Amino acid sequence: MKKAYWLAMIAHAMRRWDFPLIVCVLLLFAAGQVVLMSASPERVETLWGHQALALTALLTAALVPFRWWLRLALPLYLLGVLLLLAVLLFGETTKGATRWLDLGVVRIQPSELMKLAAPMMLSWYFALRRHSLAWWDHVVALMLLAIPAILILKEPDLGTTILVVAAGGFVLFFAGFSWRFIVPLVLVLAVGIGALLVQGDRWCTPGVEWPMLHEYQKQRVCTLLDPHRDPLGKGFHTIQATIAIGSGGAWGKGWREGTQSQLSFVPERHTDFIFAVLAEEFGFFGVALLLSVYTALLLRGAWLAIRSPSWPGMLLGGAVVGTTFVYVFVNVAMVSGMLPVVGVPLPFISYGGTALVTLATGLGLLLSAAVRSAPRGGFSGQRRGI
Amino acid sequence: MEQRSINPLLVLAIPVWRQRMVVFSLLCLFAILVLRAAYLQGIQDEFLQQQGEARYERQIEVPAMRGRVLDRNGHILADSSPVASIWADPAKVRQWSHEDLSRLARMLGMSTDELGRRLEKGGRRFTYLRRHLPPDEARPLMSWPQEGVGVVEEYLRFYPQGEAFAQLVGLVDVDGQGIEGLEASLNSSLAGESGKRLVVQDRRGRVVQDSVWVERPRDGRDVVLSLDARIQHIAFRALEQAVARHQARAGGAVVIDVRTGEILALANWPSYNPNRRTGLDLSEVRNRVVTDLYEPGSVMKPLLVALALERGVVKPETPIDIQGGILRVGNHSIRDVHATERALTVSQVIQKSSNVGVAKIALGLDPKDLWRHYRAFGFGTRPDLPLPGVAAGRMLPPDSLKPIEVATMAYGHGISTSLLQLAHAYQAIANDGVMLPLTLMRRDAPPPIDEMRRILSPKTARQVKAMMELVTQPGGTATRAAVNGYRTAGKTGTAHKLENGRYVEKYLASFVGYAPASQPRLVVAVMIDEPKAKSYYGGAVAAPVFAEIVGQVLPSLGVAPDMPGPTVAAAQRPRG
Repeated sequence: MKKAYWLAMIAHAMRRWDFPLIVCVLLLFAAGQVVLMSASPERVETLWGHQALALTALLTAALVPFRWWLRLALPLYLLGVLLLLAVLLFGETTKGATRWLDLGVVRIQPSELMKLAAPMMLSWYFALRRHSLAWWDHVVALMLLAIPAILILKEPDLGTTILVVAAGGFVLFFAGFSWRFIVPLVLVLAVGIGALLVQGDRWCTPGVEWPMLHEYQKQRVCTLLDPHRDPLGKGFHTIQATIAIGSGGAWGKGWREGTQSQLSFVPERHTDFIFAVLAEEFGFFGVALLLSVYTALLLRGAWLAIRSPSWPGMLLGGAVVGTTFVYVFVNVAMVSGMLPVVGVPLPFISYGGTALVTLATGLGLLLSAAVRSAPRGGFSGQRRGI
Repeated sequence: MEQRSINPLLVLAIPVWRQRMVVFSLLCLFAILVLRAAYLQGIQDEFLQQQGEARYERQIEVPAMRGRVLDRNGHILADSSPVASIWADPAKVRQWSHEDLSRLARMLGMSTDELGRRLEKGGRRFTYLRRHLPPDEARPLMSWPQEGVGVVEEYLRFYPQGEAFAQLVGLVDVDGQGIEGLEASLNSSLAGESGKRLVVQDRRGRVVQDSVWVERPRDGRDVVLSLDARIQHIAFRALEQAVARHQARAGGAVVIDVRTGEILALANWPSYNPNRRTGLDLSEVRNRVVTDLYEPGSVMKPLLVALALERGVVKPETPIDIQGGILRVGNHSIRDVHATERALTVSQVIQKSSNVGVAKIALGLDPKDLWRHYRAFGFGTRPDLPLPGVAAGRMLPPDSLKPIEVATMAYGHGISTSLLQLAHAYQAIANDGVMLPLTLMRRDAPPPIDEMRRILSPKTARQVKAMMELVTQPGGTATRAAVNGYRTAGKTGTAHKLENGRYVEKYLASFVGYAPASQPRLVVAVMIDEPKAKSYYGGAVAAPVFAEIVGQVLPSLGVAPDMPGPTVAAAQRPRG
């Protein structure tokens, strides 16, 4: 093909770069830099590198036609599952969890790949079956989701499992997953959480083993129910973070003035608990501002996903947007003491290259799906109604 | 209402409202987050700010420098120096890597195994690894990278004079609070008041920001004692040698300045090294001179004779029939040890220490008068000294004294005193009948007039003194209390010890005297508890200690010899 054709293709694809959405992301990047300069100034330069890489990933992913992405779904999914199996067999164990795979050249965390590969796979499957979708297709999709979820849960990594399940769950839900499945699931969850709240004290006594969950996960849930149970140990994170947030008050203590954060009372203050630093130093004002930017990103992202001209694009785009906000919710809720401590970063703010690139690539996928690919002989199909 | 997809490719109708529902739900979740933030930051903020301050603000106690204890010439008896102690949180240190552990062990100068043992042995969350290191050695640990160890700055007490002053100066416990001796009784003045400092600490407890004084520490005051380190050492050595020579159980000696009432030396044996306190024995800690009570024996005789002279019952030359050394009073008989002649003058009764003689004199006195007389010398009254456990001694009640009790009181039985009380009584005699209040603090001015008490007329005092001088002269019971160049005077005592209410074949030998006899400067009292070798008499056991102390101390104080003769030149050289 000629060079000019390619340039035209790219120029056309660049129309997918949705300005409002990218502005939201850049605003979050800026916020991330400001907070990190307070929480861990020595890491800011590395953060710039991560952010540049993430932005590149976002823009590049947006340029790739969505069909191509769909073609990648199955290979990526299979690769992901294989790598997860490899992790279970040969993975590196740190702090009781086996999450990393050492490939000699690089160390990778296959569960991170699954955050995108799982919803892609499900979208691809529904796209494949869209002409003859039956109820058991949902069951198959559920199985496809369950495989990586169980593998990740076995590592164990509850946080990532939640995110993968959420991503896949969104695809299923958008693809018309029957209420007959949803209602019982929601009921079981509700009953479980309700029972936990009522019976928590008894179940949390030492020696009681919980089915499916590891001891440390049980501890986290129990600690959430009563952080003062072990104030120096597991509850320490939650208590310190809650104090940091609350002591910020309405307007905050000022940038780099947060005593709890600066005196390292806030644990993991540059990664999972960075929200506490922001809340302490910028107060309710800062929190409201941050959540506003997220809301703008959510609305714009949802609008783009719904407008997506292709059905799998809508499924995947919706899943990406939804998952991103599950991230936000789980992270903020956990830092402010409403959810157990699971390893979920604050999207686009928390320090950590892998998660940042994954999230940005996800948004790139959304953009790729949102606007029709370069026409091959004119537009085919119709815009879907809203 | 449900919209249906109009995409013709789709067989299945997909309800579009599902996306909206998701967006709506996520917005609801966000609303929860906002409410939570508003609750924490708008309603709970003050409480949580306090909680935060409670975590980073600490009032650190800054110890005050403990005051020094000095002798009358400024020699240091107790001093404090800053030291550092290293603590650890075993729960955290156990999680360190092996490398870090061995690095810490090296820095503490112990093996890794030893460090492990200490961590095992200590508390769950706190234990000292090393105490009282020089501050320089502890400095690297102040900025230790891992959590779990820290440094406390403290003061360590040091006693440069060691065991000679051990019971008197006493001890502080490991936290610097006085627990024995003057350290305990003068603690409030010595200790000062620790200050408080508000600091900002990070989570590891490191001081991030050194902020304001809440209260400055008030350093303790120095205490200047009346004691003289040189005299104390002389007394302590003399006592130690005597106890060893006579295989005695214990001993005590006290030296008092006759003219001021200042205690110049107060020594006890056995003693201990106050700088190394492992395995402290209670018998070594006891300040026997002030806490131990015993029946003083013949040492009391001059006091009785003084009363008889004061009342005009006898004169020094009045002959007393001692009936061959046996006197029956009721069912009891009183015997003499040294004298066997039929008759002795009152002076000779003292010189020879005749029990029968003093008993007969005592029976001629009013018992209540005798009781009041003893009382006036301070017996049965607690000496006013700032030491723990100062004993008052006991006397029989005055209203029902039987003749035998009066007779035995005359030679120092049926009454209990401490060595210090005896020395004090002799101070009054030596000072021509005027008793001065005793003190352990240096007197920079003469004692206040209203605290001086005349107990004997000058005439009586001089008569008694003349008798007591005979004691150390040939024919007396304590010729070994004689000192070259100085005239000495005093009285021996050899008391049977009581055990479970019965007199046993154990003795307490004592000698209380003063020198120079012409113009008394020092009262020296010595007791040796349970001498076993050879002799047990006060004249043989305790008097030489007196002579040793007086013979060394008087020349060193520059006291002019008062004994004429060729021995003067020899006496001017300190002995020993």
